[in-house]
Amino acid sequence: MESRKIFIAFSTMVRNEVSRFLRIWMQTLIPPVITTVLYYVIFGSFIGSQIAPIHGFSYMQFIVPGLVMMAVITSSFSNVVGSFYFSKFQRSIEELLVSPMPFWVLIAGYITGGVVRGLLVGTITLLVSLFFTHLVVSNIFFVLSFILLTAILFSLAGLLNGLYAKNFDGISIFPTFVLTPLTYLGGIFYSIAALPPFWQSMSKLNPILYMINGFRYGFLGFSDVSVAVSFWILVVCISVLFGINWHLFRKGYGLRS
Amino acid sequence: MEALSIQNLKKTYATGVQALQGVSLSVLEGDFFALLGPNGAGKTTIIGIVTGLVNKTAGTVRIFGDDLDVAPERTRVHIGVVPQEFNFNIFEKVENIVVSQAGYYGIPRAQAMRDAEVLLKQLGLWEKRDAQSRMLSGGMKRRLMIARALIHRPRLLILDEPTAGVDIELRRGMWEFLAKINNEGVTIILTTHYLEEAEQLCKNVAIINKGEIIEHGSMRELLSTLENESFLFYLKDPISDVVLGALQHCDIHQVDPTTLEVTLKDGARLNDFIVQLARADVTIQSMRNKSNRLEEIFLSLISGDTRE
Ligand SMILES: Nc1ncnc2c1ncn2[C@@H]1O[C@H](COP(=O)(O)OP(=O)(O)O)[C@@H](O)[C@H]1O
Ligand SMILES: [Mg+2]
Repeated sequence: MESRKIFIAFSTMVRNEVSRFLRIWMQTLIPPVITTVLYYVIFGSFIGSQIAPIHGFSYMQFIVPGLVMMAVITSSFSNVVGSFYFSKFQRSIEELLVSPMPFWVLIAGYITGGVVRGLLVGTITLLVSLFFTHLVVSNIFFVLSFILLTAILFSLAGLLNGLYAKNFDGISIFPTFVLTPLTYLGGIFYSIAALPPFWQSMSKLNPILYMINGFRYGFLGFSDVSVAVSFWILVVCISVLFGINWHLFRKGYGLRS
Repeated sequence: MEALSIQNLKKTYATGVQALQGVSLSVLEGDFFALLGPNGAGKTTIIGIVTGLVNKTAGTVRIFGDDLDVAPERTRVHIGVVPQEFNFNIFEKVENIVVSQAGYYGIPRAQAMRDAEVLLKQLGLWEKRDAQSRMLSGGMKRRLMIARALIHRPRLLILDEPTAGVDIELRRGMWEFLAKINNEGVTIILTTHYLEEAEQLCKNVAIINKGEIIEHGSMRELLSTLENESFLFYLKDPISDVVLGALQHCDIHQVDPTTLEVTLKDGARLNDFIVQLARADVTIQSMRNKSNRLEEIFLSLISGDTRE
């Protein structure tokens, strides 16, 4: 396909993906915002007021980046896994598969849908945090690149989950048993410096820790782990997941019998 | 030019089912081609492979000269497909289903909207353009899939059982539409298990049964083969080669020295044949009508028809 046609095909996909989640905004945009606001109120205001400042920032300011990141992760992931699995389930994915779109464009279309929803939810939750605290931005480049890369990564993870899922259970197992625990243990609510050495080392095996810390570094200017390492972990994870997705598409795993 | 050329195509599904056992097919550009066969024969599997929805096990497929293994994306541009089962997003609006499909082929949106309007009007769906596709009747859903398949102006339109579940009256309308498209130069392949449908529409035909092509030729030849009647003659004494060679207006296969399988040709009548035997002093002990292999297949096709 020529690049002009590829661009049209890609924008068609993105248009459909975005209008899909906007059409059902009550299910896609509102719930993560409500959850995050509850965290702001309970942990940030009620409990946070009794916690000593961390690196000179209030507990509320400390948890905002992690909570925004959590909203981005769940939104991106669930957008792609939901949209992709649904189109596989009702076979409308065949509309894409019979077209001349190269597989990488197809992947990019789904991923962009997830990224747009992730960034939208992230932006809303960040704006809402302004009702509770004021925002500090120490490095806008890290803020933007970490939120974008994380949204891409979890969109790719959602796609992979959608490819492997054979039924509706298959799309809830990974988020429930892997994604949610790793996110909660990823240093949203605490600095791992406060953990015993064993749990510190364990925490460092959790990739989400690096994303949350990198993102928080963009705002507050400190991190439990090296920000450069965080950045490269994201880039490597994205490349690997993209490669796996692309390979599975080419083989037709879960798509072609 | 060949619109579709399939050589020795084989497919074994992961379940171990051998759906295709070496199928070869050729469909010329401009043809209206029927792939006829009972349920489970492998029709949908062939279409799945040609359109890139099923991985083949072996064999080659060329679409307008482009090899599926070498230039899969180019082959897709040539093909529009109307699948057997509905496969659009049931919550999506009719017009957007068609316009989006154009987008996937790289057609600019403004042009896609214009073309979609023309097609939806032709197929009687324009009034429903803003309806969710799940609200359509069965016949309308089928027509929506036809509009979607034609939006990128394919040279080859493939329809998998297009009239399954469509009312008899609406069927005629669809046939007329397809005949018109074909006249405009689009090659059409349809699968069906209704003999009548193939007979009405198609110039050429292949019959597939249990993953094998058992007949491939023009519809007219096929129908005349069907009309040929075969008989088995059981003779009192072995017949001599001389007498056998002298018999006219028939194809004879000597099953054993006293059994002949006779197919009448050139409009010959059974009576004439019996007279020929009587003149040669051959005594007929008994005879019976022999249904041919095609007829047997057709009987199964027809019984498939009445089941619906
Ligand atoms: N996805 C599949 N997995 C396993 N077996 C299949 C699959 N699709 C079709 N088959 C089998 O392959 C054979 C041919 O099926 P199909 O191509 O659908 O026939 P037709 O379209 O002529 O009715 C059947 O025995 C069918 O059960
Ligand atoms: Mg079929």
